[in-house]
Amino acid sequence: MSDAASLTPERAFDPLLEAPAVDLADVRERLAGRQGPEYWRSLDELADTPAFQEFLRKEFPRQAAPLDASLDRRDFLKLLGASLALGGLTACARPPAAREAIVPYVQAPEHRIPGKPAFYATALLDGGYAEGVLAESHEGRPTHVEGNPDHPASLGAVHAIASAAVLSLYDPDRSQQLAERGQARSWTQFADALGGALAAVPSGDRFRLLTETITSPTLAAEIDALLAAYPGARRHQWDARHADGAIAGIRAVFDAGAADVAPVYDLTRADVVVSFGADFTNLGPGRLRYAKDFARRRRVRSAADGMNRLWQVETTPTPTGTLADHRKALAPADVAALAAWIASEVGVADAPRADLPARVERAWADALVADLQDARGRSAVFAGSDQPAVVHALAHALNHALDNVGATVRYVAHPEAAPTVHATDLAELVADLRAGSVDVLVVLGANPAFTAPPELDFAAAMARAALSVHVGEHLDETGSTATWHVPRTHALEAWGDARAFDGTVTLQQPLFAPFYGGKSDLEVVQALLGRADRSGYDALREAWQARVSGDFDAFWRRALYRGALEGSGAPSVAVARRPIDLPLPLRADLVVHFQLDHAIADGRHANNGWLQELPRPFSKLTWDNAAILAPATAERLGVGSHDRLTVRSGGREVVLPVWVQPGQAPDTIGVALGFGRTAAGRVGNGVGTDVYPLRAGGAWAVEATAERAGGRHRLATTQTHHSLEGTGERRHIVRAGTLAELRAEPEHPRFVHPVEHPYHDLLPDFEYTSYKWGMVVDMTVCTGCNACVTACQSENNVPIVGKEQVIVGREMHWIRVDAYYQGDLDDPTFHNMPIACMHCEKAPCEPVCPVAATVHDSEGLNVMVYNRCVGTRYCANNCPYKVRRFNYLQFAELATNATELSLANNPDVTVRSRGVMEKCTYCTQRISSARITASNEDRRIRDGEVVTACQSACPTEAIVFGDLNDATSAVVAAKASVLDYALLEELNTVPRTSYLAKVRNPHPALAVEGVR
Amino acid sequence: MAVTSGVPRPVVETKRVIGRGQTSGGIDDVVNSPVLVGPQRTPRWWWIGFGISLALLGLYLFSVVRLITVGVGIFGNNQPVSWAMPIINFVWWIGIGHAGTLISAALLLFRQPWRTSINRFAEAMTIFAVVCAGLYPILHLGRPWVFYWLLPYPNTHGLWPNFRSPLDWDLFAISTYASVSVLFWFIGLIPDLATLRDSAKSRFQKLFYGVLALGWNGSAKAWQRYNRAYLLLAALSFPLVLSVHSTIAMDFAVSQVPGWNNTVMPPYFVAGAVFAGFAMVLILAVPLRRAFGLEKLITLRHLDNAAKLMLATGMIVVYGYGVELFYAWYSGVEYEIFMAYNRVFGADHGWAFWLLIACNLVAIQPLWLRSVRQNPLALFVISLFVSVGMWLERYVIIVVSLTKDFLVSSWGNYVPTFWDWALFIGSFGLFGTLFLLFIRLLPSIATTEMKEFAHHDAHHGSDAFETIREAYYRGEVRA
Repeated sequence: MSDAASLTPERAFDPLLEAPAVDLADVRERLAGRQGPEYWRSLDELADTPAFQEFLRKEFPRQAAPLDASLDRRDFLKLLGASLALGGLTACARPPAAREAIVPYVQAPEHRIPGKPAFYATALLDGGYAEGVLAESHEGRPTHVEGNPDHPASLGAVHAIASAAVLSLYDPDRSQQLAERGQARSWTQFADALGGALAAVPSGDRFRLLTETITSPTLAAEIDALLAAYPGARRHQWDARHADGAIAGIRAVFDAGAADVAPVYDLTRADVVVSFGADFTNLGPGRLRYAKDFARRRRVRSAADGMNRLWQVETTPTPTGTLADHRKALAPADVAALAAWIASEVGVADAPRADLPARVERAWADALVADLQDARGRSAVFAGSDQPAVVHALAHALNHALDNVGATVRYVAHPEAAPTVHATDLAELVADLRAGSVDVLVVLGANPAFTAPPELDFAAAMARAALSVHVGEHLDETGSTATWHVPRTHALEAWGDARAFDGTVTLQQPLFAPFYGGKSDLEVVQALLGRADRSGYDALREAWQARVSGDFDAFWRRALYRGALEGSGAPSVAVARRPIDLPLPLRADLVVHFQLDHAIADGRHANNGWLQELPRPFSKLTWDNAAILAPATAERLGVGSHDRLTVRSGGREVVLPVWVQPGQAPDTIGVALGFGRTAAGRVGNGVGTDVYPLRAGGAWAVEATAERAGGRHRLATTQTHHSLEGTGERRHIVRAGTLAELRAEPEHPRFVHPVEHPYHDLLPDFEYTSYKWGMVVDMTVCTGCNACVTACQSENNVPIVGKEQVIVGREMHWIRVDAYYQGDLDDPTFHNMPIACMHCEKAPCEPVCPVAATVHDSEGLNVMVYNRCVGTRYCANNCPYKVRRFNYLQFAELATNATELSLANNPDVTVRSRGVMEKCTYCTQRISSARITASNEDRRIRDGEVVTACQSACPTEAIVFGDLNDATSAVVAAKASVLDYALLEELNTVPRTSYLAKVRNPHPALAVEGVR
Repeated sequence: MAVTSGVPRPVVETKRVIGRGQTSGGIDDVVNSPVLVGPQRTPRWWWIGFGISLALLGLYLFSVVRLITVGVGIFGNNQPVSWAMPIINFVWWIGIGHAGTLISAALLLFRQPWRTSINRFAEAMTIFAVVCAGLYPILHLGRPWVFYWLLPYPNTHGLWPNFRSPLDWDLFAISTYASVSVLFWFIGLIPDLATLRDSAKSRFQKLFYGVLALGWNGSAKAWQRYNRAYLLLAALSFPLVLSVHSTIAMDFAVSQVPGWNNTVMPPYFVAGAVFAGFAMVLILAVPLRRAFGLEKLITLRHLDNAAKLMLATGMIVVYGYGVELFYAWYSGVEYEIFMAYNRVFGADHGWAFWLLIACNLVAIQPLWLRSVRQNPLALFVISLFVSVGMWLERYVIIVVSLTKDFLVSSWGNYVPTFWDWALFIGSFGLFGTLFLLFIRLLPSIATTEMKEFAHHDAHHGSDAFETIREAYYRGEVRA
């Protein structure tokens, strides 16, 4: 690094001398914008000029050796050194002001003692809907997010995106300065400027507010107050993730009076679930709850257990679809046509007429209809958030016709404050902007300049407003176009409230003061109301004081530590059917089907390295999106994976790399939104391809043409793709069978143990006098959603490596989800297999390490002694499961070049340096913590007291962990199942982690279709 | 003996070790004089060779600096291919060294006097190959600066190394090998160093050779002890021929990677090592005898014998390939069968196997012909093929086995980087530099033993007999 040269005393170029003069006005504003005790060293420092940063870098050179240019992809981690010196250090880990007391999660559920760090119940938002979390805080520093078991939308589970929230929280690229056209301004100046502008439009005619989906009762009330103060003003909503079809569809099928309603499913009572494109365990309101409820009805341990049946019809493979007992990959128009056909067969008289799509066999569809009719009142029909209104209407009509309403599905007042069709709403705003009838536009959180439909050209339209304000966590595409930019707080650093899918309210509490400064939505709306000095805490408290009677402080404390207001769930409302009058979508030769990216959603998480590097389900793609093609479509278009494809729609075109994905519907192109950001930050900029230009009208499917473009684009995947056919089949890696097969041979199902492997060893077995940890993974319910991967990454300080290193094959995830396919290329059966260190009883890695850096401990863990490791990598060669990960380069941040991101590290887990091996530890730090607690209380660790990070996050409870010496433990019960098998058991490694063979429940009429 | 013609048959095979008419002085002239000339009379080819070697050595050192500052990630290794070029190069260099030990120790004990002409530089080759080899396992470590943790030394950690690990056995094998080889080589050098000391002209030479000669005085007692020590060391070295490469083979055989876990590995590795070693001996001997005019000391008989050994060990190695494939099939183990299939027909690396067969099986077949065995140029070319082939063999065993093992999901691929090649090609610079310094500063042929032959031939009938024999064939002498 060039720093070495700068150690010489004579400095030929002194950046401070050469730099332009400091803008004193700017400095004053920067100073005014800060909070807390401020210490500054010079005017240059305050001005935060590039020249000063250059000077600082040269004056305090970082250590040269460990990081070198080979880590180009991770430049951001190094470059951050410069901004670190100045960025918000004074705000570091400071609790909120004393009077804004925040309340720890004191009454933890029984058998769940988190250990030393404090856990705070709050909520993270997904599409505006609350998912309850417990945020782990070490010394006032949030490091990890777990699900809140008391929250109805979580029940303890957490989505991969939520797990990654702590990394976004510390993202040094977050916006840190309130600014007007790039010039620093203070909050007061902003409030004054805004007040002046609003005073000029007293009736509010020329004032518009653009928000995302809002479920917060308090924020909604404040906005209502704002709209009341400016009667001519209008509020618009735009969220690229919003399920417009759901709103339009439910309005079309139900008459619930003036109010909108939303469905809430109870999958614990559903024997048959039919999903029209719904990834209901992974996407949309209630996903974690639905995943848990759905999986609990699939928990097969013996032939005596029953299980539900899932029929999944979808365009692009989804995690939910991998659990399907019957899955069909259909183009979007065919999904709708099939829904209409089934609805007519089941007896929905007003369903639009449709023929059975060509790809669906009559017997298949008949079986589905029969299954639904056999399970009246015990079935549930879902429509995906990306489905058009008609499919939603048909799904509700089906539920209604099958007497499911009141049984497996109920309808509640819509949790959204103002449910509306966002695409229309935004188009109206843009029309007004174009017409020049908007003077003041305030954009709260949304990033329409990136996500809006292309024909609207939002950025140009916004420029027509005299004063535009963008409130966002990043100075993003919209923020850099707006005249004002206000940094927005992260959900873990602001007061607020939000509703879950069933209406339950959570009060959100901050874990610390805004790390990079910033204002919450609530505070910005206060400023719009002319109360710029009112804090979000005051606003929230006062709002709830007005709603609650009795001892408010007691209510407040209880609400905060529970993380969910009891009894705030919405009651069921009666709905009346109205005739469906919606057209079916038209078929097209080739359709682009948009998906929210599994990790970065609509692009808002693009600057989060954990999420960018999260291997997407099945494809295992990282750091890129691709045109997902069915093998047949790829053949037709003459392309293969990594080839480039030009996709044209609506007169616009994008060029995408191709990924051939079995299970994608033929004649469709699946594309993930959110990539190709230009103002996401140093991690997310330029990653992947922006496909919003194709998304006219904000639709989820558009007609398109495609042709091969020249050249190739190397996609980075973490798994090479090989069919289980041929050689794989005989390896018996994945063992799957049907419920019928299990019942035919209840004692010894052949699909679990196709070959007997007697175990012999010359050496005596280890003896375990204390604990004996073990794990079971239930493949029947694993959706491959990656919640475990990110949770592990956060808990265990697993570094990211960047796209180039993923291509080489050096990703570091301690747990991975292997994807296997079986059967037909177009409609394959998917298998997900989470694999982490197996903690073998006879671990092949242990004897080969020359320095004894990986050894067996007294509780059966295969432990890795980082300090002792010299890096021969022999252990990794000898590990048949290939779970060991080697730090080929300095992937983790060193103390000498650490950025704010390192604050997200778990202090209980070593940060590994270059040159050492690492792997899953069964969360040994959690075991230690529980051991200490138990030993202090002079007792054994109870079952369920140690919960590994992956287990805790898993929405379908597919992972069971515990003490094998405790005969009553859940893990012992799971291992007693006839389905239990050890991966590669013939190697006699005797792994501690075993698997429950995957059981599917195909319809008896279609049983021949079942896998074996 | 029936004489059918007056034309004498060319003498192609005799019992003699060296050419006719050699004298002690002559041997000194041929072997020692080039060593003792001043720097200004160093031949041009030496300077050119030394310059190229130094350049490559520079590349090597640059790679090492890069490796230590950036990390082992500059190589192409990944998951699942945790071992790749550095280990291939390590095994390859170690194997090369084996011919030296075999020639110097085993052939001495088996009373094969022809070894004498080539044992000195073959031993030097061994030592330099071990230097090249021994650095790789250290350099490929994630944290090379703590490599000494593999040593069982008293330490504040209170820890022993893991004696169950073949890598620890490796360490002992290589360090033993290196120290015994150096000792054996040096002991053999002492009388020659004394000769050089005695004929040295410059002060530097007197000091240099004088110190190294350890006060050798040529007394009968000194000779008696020298011979005893030399024989003892030969007896010590001999097992190393078998043990060192067997131990290295254990690195693979002890693991459970399909393609590694094979009981045939140790003998097969030893044969491969001797095979590769003789190839390297020939690669060095052919130019050396030409450059120094040593044709009478390193005769066609030496080349012929080396070629025979190369052919024999080469066929053992090929047999090893057959055994590997046979057992893959015979085991009935899915992973082994797939490994063998992938090795031979795999899309990614099948080329390596067939190239290896071309080099190690096809290219050595001409050695059945005496005319090829006695053609230095042909031997040189075939030896190059064998060297490439043996490198490829390790590539196939190490890399190809690792790319596709048990879990289909974890299969990967391997592409070497610039730095992989730089550290490999650079190691030729290290070897070349050391070897060129050796032939410039030390006698590359054991002159003492050569002089014994010359004396024997001159005074105990060999020369006189052959003079008569040839005269007989010319018809000048009647029986």
